Amino acid sequence: MARAVGTNVRRKDGDAKVIGAAKYIDDLAFPGMLHGATVRSTIPRGRIAARKLSLPAGFITADHRDIPGRNYVALIETDQPCLAVDAVTHVAEPILLVAHADKHALNDIDVTIAYTPETPNYDPEAADLCFKKITIDKGDLDRGFRDADRVIEGEYRTGHQEQLYIETNGVIAVPGDGQMTVYGSLQCPYYVHKALVVLLNLPPDKVRVIQTETGGGFGGKEEYPSMLACHAAILARKAGRPVKMIYDRVEDLLATTKRHPAIVRHRTGLTRDGRLTAMDIEVIMDGGAYATLSAVVLSRGVIHGAGPYRCDHVRIRGRAMMTNTPPNGAFRGFGAPQTQFAVEAHMDRIADALGVDPVRLRAINALKPGDTTATGQKLGKDTSALPVLREAVKRSQFNRKRRQWKGTNKGIGLSLFFHGSGFTGGGEVKLASKASLELTATGACILVGSTEIGQGTRTMHAQIVADALGVPYDAIDVHEVDTAFVPDSGPTVASRTCMIVGKLLERCARDMKKRLGSLTPAQYFRRHGAFTVTSQYEPPPGLLWNDDTYAGDAYGSYAWSCNVVEIEVDPVTCEVRPTNVTAVAEIGKAIHPMMAIGQIEGGTAQGLGYALTEEVVMRDGRMANATLTNYIIPTPMDAAPMDVVLLERPYLHGPFGAKGVGEMPIDGPAPAVINALRHCGFDVRAIPATPERLMSAYARQNPGRAPARRAAVVRSRPGTV
Amino acid sequence: MLAGDPKLTPIAGCTDVYVGLHFGTVKEQRFIDLWSLDELRGIALDRGRLRIGALTTYPEIIASTLVTRRLPMLVAASREVGGAQIQNRGTLGGNIANASPAGDTLPVLAAAAADVILRSARGQRTVPFESFYTGYRTTVRQPDELIVAVEFPVVEGRQWWRKVGTRRAQAISKIMIAGVRGTGVRIALGSVGPAVVLAKQAAAILQRGGTLADAQAALANEIAPIDDVRSTREYRAQVAANLLAEFWRTTQ
Amino acid sequence: MKLTVNGKTRNVKAHPMKRLLDVLREDCGLTGTKEGCGEGECGACTVLIDGVAVDSCIVPVVHAEGRRVITIEGAARTQTGKALQDAFVVHGGAQCGICTPGMILAAAPLKPGASLEEVKFALAGNLCRCTGYPAIFRSVDAALNPASAGRLRRGKPAKVKRARAR
Repeated sequence: MARAVGTNVRRKDGDAKVIGAAKYIDDLAFPGMLHGATVRSTIPRGRIAARKLSLPAGFITADHRDIPGRNYVALIETDQPCLAVDAVTHVAEPILLVAHADKHALNDIDVTIAYTPETPNYDPEAADLCFKKITIDKGDLDRGFRDADRVIEGEYRTGHQEQLYIETNGVIAVPGDGQMTVYGSLQCPYYVHKALVVLLNLPPDKVRVIQTETGGGFGGKEEYPSMLACHAAILARKAGRPVKMIYDRVEDLLATTKRHPAIVRHRTGLTRDGRLTAMDIEVIMDGGAYATLSAVVLSRGVIHGAGPYRCDHVRIRGRAMMTNTPPNGAFRGFGAPQTQFAVEAHMDRIADALGVDPVRLRAINALKPGDTTATGQKLGKDTSALPVLREAVKRSQFNRKRRQWKGTNKGIGLSLFFHGSGFTGGGEVKLASKASLELTATGACILVGSTEIGQGTRTMHAQIVADALGVPYDAIDVHEVDTAFVPDSGPTVASRTCMIVGKLLERCARDMKKRLGSLTPAQYFRRHGAFTVTSQYEPPPGLLWNDDTYAGDAYGSYAWSCNVVEIEVDPVTCEVRPTNVTAVAEIGKAIHPMMAIGQIEGGTAQGLGYALTEEVVMRDGRMANATLTNYIIPTPMDAAPMDVVLLERPYLHGPFGAKGVGEMPIDGPAPAVINALRHCGFDVRAIPATPERLMSAYARQNPGRAPARRAAVVRSRPGTV
Repeated sequence: MLAGDPKLTPIAGCTDVYVGLHFGTVKEQRFIDLWSLDELRGIALDRGRLRIGALTTYPEIIASTLVTRRLPMLVAASREVGGAQIQNRGTLGGNIANASPAGDTLPVLAAAAADVILRSARGQRTVPFESFYTGYRTTVRQPDELIVAVEFPVVEGRQWWRKVGTRRAQAISKIMIAGVRGTGVRIALGSVGPAVVLAKQAAAILQRGGTLADAQAALANEIAPIDDVRSTREYRAQVAANLLAEFWRTTQ
Repeated sequence: MKLTVNGKTRNVKAHPMKRLLDVLREDCGLTGTKEGCGEGECGACTVLIDGVAVDSCIVPVVHAEGRRVITIEGAARTQTGKALQDAFVVHGGAQCGICTPGMILAAAPLKPGASLEEVKFALAGNLCRCTGYPAIFRSVDAALNPASAGRLRRGKPAKVKRARAR
């Protein structure tokens, strides 16, 4: 029988999507449905002095007094109100809710909120409130610096980034007698479920969350939908009717979470031939006004902060601070893009300072099997920093281009990076995720809380189950993600959906196969009826993590990658055009090679946007460029050719050897771009490296000179489309 | 109709008006729809002058052998308007009437010394393009007039055009330049002032054989770039100087 | 007013300035056309009017009166629509699918043999956040040039290699 794993089977949900039959939240309607909208703060900080609402008949309004349970969005902390009571701490903070049967009527409401403004703070280094502090301490930093011949310092800054899913946030809340059902575009139905239980003070079995086809998430629909679901539920409960709330693009840009901006400082000790002896790293993240997921973003950021390198003496001190801006949250990479940008940009700075070739510097220090990471985790055989580096350097002809393009307007730069799969440390144990498999008349049906958001969850899970069960891929169905039917498999985040949940499903399938014996599913079903197998997460043996010392085995496994980015800088405008990107990634096992490549190509494009054009312009605590016209993501005309290579080095505890792949691709492009710019003579430490910043930096660093115009003459291999 | 009701806003392809309606920046409530007026379409030669109807869309301009021969810089500008969907609906007349400082065709029309043909119940008049704008989003068009066509004299010399956008498609320009270099020199820039700027002094210096540096200095006084969410005053000023140099270098 | 949508003539009662997008989704019940931005920037709302791609979020319904409108539900009626639909499934052009209806219709007017530059130009007004675009170009190429699928692909295609444990 043909195996499904490792082949490009037909996507489970592809056909519905291409004929326009897939139902996204705004495609649904319910009888008697109202449309809801949110009245938000227009100031960054202050006390609410008065609220004046002048609404004609037909409107339902709600405020914090209409919350039957606790007025906070339950996630990790309890600091974020669902609706403001008497103070606001950021622009766009939700204060009031309104609903009407005619959605156009919502455009003309007369609401006045009077505030007593207070002085806002936008500087994370000047902030009073610290959401989380983490320190990683390995070895003896002083000794490490004593061993050093050279010490190189650098400061690096990254800005906000907007997830920019093409489908905005939206939910429909449908009230019942002592119960609430919410449909929505979301990644984590059980997060929403928990938030609703707390807000509505309902028993868990009276709250139901159903994921509709979701048009992109990238982390932007990890925690934010809980807030939106709570809002719709408050209105629905008050009105006794279903309430639909869909954000338009402007509101989504203004009010929902973004990537945490970061300041990262490096002080690095090395021997004169380039071996790392000491790494002292400071990480400051801007969490916005409420904690949301800042503690976990900081965690992943600091754990990846020393990069994929071996160093005996490492100290990483991180803190996530409060500012009066809309709360930041999850976005693909989740702290690692920020800190790996810094360490990889710093490595090229070091290479320049020491006169060492950037490839050689990385080859000397790259983690190898048996080495320990910054948290003291001893790495196994599936440690592929050197293989991905070698393959990327060879395939891109890095060394030749590096020589030939010196002094021209073309540049080439690289980055070496890694990404842990799953929740950090004891996180997966705490999640205690479950997956179920139900026997059907024709095969089996997958029941998981993991969501399809474009990345291929349904397909990939079905491939794993098909092969483990020994039935054709087409015999496997995937149940709609409805908390009334599927178990809590943990959130669809952290590159865990294949490695962790896929593994649970593999175990379910093998258990089911044992029970079937020599019968096919159809035969067993006819004779004995259906049955369901459930599997719960068990940590791999020997995984030890200490939350107090922040040391030990941070992740079950890491995936590894190297990016080489080739650019052309226009001397007239300082516009940067990536002309080719080589991405080599070791991901354990590619369950569906085409979809894995899709994750790499998509994440790489987002990383290039992070590096060059995606800027959230903040003015007085508010996003000033909150339209798709002015928040710049690449169009097809901007698409860079990409050459992707997947390497497989099986992870023992992943399904068929698979690790995670979803987030890693966004960690690498930005530093590779910055390093290519360095090759062109631009010393840039902050992203996005817009033409404005480049022109200004070049003028400062090279007074009286114009950027190189001479294009190198090389017969480069055209990039793969 | 317009004569009777000056509060009617003419609409054609709606690519600007509708966005304004969506964001609430267009407050008008009453519209007169020109889309089906075929007499406002067409590209032809009229007594040696190239005449483009106001309702001509960008694909029509791009496909026109007449325009490609006579006014290649207008073809270049048309290709960089938005994306295909916008080009299929946007019109030359709309680009002029919308009066954005960043209108993609406007520097071309200024550099080409175009004429705007206006018609009303009272009759027809011709306004030189360089006199069409009187300030930010303000034109000499009377409320009862429609733009019916744009006419171009023969453009003598090399034509050059460049748009510097936020990305390579679907971009509002940070700065744009259109230039003609023949016995005469004409240079126009977009997105560096409340309306399109015809850089007469810079052009005059180059025309009489002055130095590029002097022309760049004059240009700096003729433009008024600003900081906004897309770019900075400093960048626009520097790139304006660079574009002038690039124009002069490549049209040699 | 009378609209012909996907070959069927419908009588629609709507204000002439109502967005064509809303008329299609609400009055005609065709929810395949999506709204991504409302400002003509993302192309998710792309439909064909008389074979030409437009952003339906900035087209007043009166401009579609008496014209032939094709939405994703009727894409198979175009010459390349069916091939594009299948190719987007098979070659990874569709991940989350929200941009897919608009993307397919924007590609539908392309002719077999179109170059990569022509494909990029036709799709320039369609934003995708999931794919980064290469898989979309491969899908369009496969649909337009089935005999030489991969013609747009130059150099070595993406590979899967088994790394040797060291």
